[in-house]
Amino acid sequence: MSGGHDHGHDHGDGHDHPHPFQPDGDAGGLTEHMALVAAVRELLIEREIYSADDERRAIERMDARSPAAGARMVARAWVDPDYRERLLADGAAAARELDIEVGPTRLIVVADTPDTKNVIVCTLCSCYPRWVLGLPPAWYKARAYRARVVIEPRAVLAEFGTALPEGMAVRVHDSTADMRYMVLPARPEGTDGWDEAALAASVSRDCMIGVALPSAAVSGA
Amino acid sequence: MSAARFAPGARVTVATRHPACHHRAPAYIKGRTGTVERLCGSFGNPETLAHGGDGRPAQPLYRVRFGARELWGARAEQDADTVEVEVYEHWLEAAP
Repeated sequence: MSGGHDHGHDHGDGHDHPHPFQPDGDAGGLTEHMALVAAVRELLIEREIYSADDERRAIERMDARSPAAGARMVARAWVDPDYRERLLADGAAAARELDIEVGPTRLIVVADTPDTKNVIVCTLCSCYPRWVLGLPPAWYKARAYRARVVIEPRAVLAEFGTALPEGMAVRVHDSTADMRYMVLPARPEGTDGWDEAALAASVSRDCMIGVALPSAAVSGA
Repeated sequence: MSAARFAPGARVTVATRHPACHHRAPAYIKGRTGTVERLCGSFGNPETLAHGGDGRPAQPLYRVRFGARELWGARAEQDADTVEVEVYEHWLEAAP
């Protein structure tokens, strides 16, 4: 596709010119797999296995999941050492303990320490702990993040504005198969005496992927 | 569940084969040696699951920890950095 189109509309600024435009993301047409999905979907609905409204509701439920669930788990782990231990032993069971549904997810929670910063990636595709963090950000699925963070994690974190202390090692976790990962970051300075809700508000999505650090300044407390 | 061949701490090397089928051993760990961090359980083999098969026999799945220098040589940022990857047992051999 060329960079411009000649449609000659009037901008109201007294001139008439072609200008470049960005093609729509779905402008590529239907691939074989997209056609297959559409056909199976139509058959399932036609045979009343489920309705179009069932499907819409399921998508709406999935899209409604948010990093607030993961942040609650992190905040609880900061205030309750026994919970922290259970969270690191079995992330899915620890989520259910807080009434957070995680479906079939096998969740490994990795804890930052003064010596080690953990970062999550899926180099092969875009595996992500959706039940506890919601939908992944676009950059998490991008080739640049997936290819670079395993090789030069500090450079990638620096681009996110995250500088690591001298002497801290980085451990990158590549979700290549059946497990999903979430980072338990270190509790930030200046949060003594905060309640769990305020602590949870200091934990953003990116902190649990591992590319950012929680900050007392982020919370409304 | 088949008995797991490797215990945490075991040194393992990833096979260097490149099957044309779907497989979940990323290219950057093939031929590299690391240490078993934990056994995650046993899971259906994606190499048959992805192609209409039943995934049996289930494969023990490990988290294997690699040193950044082992993977990237001089390009690694720091000696102490590590990468942990999930690897199915049939991709692993005992390393000396």
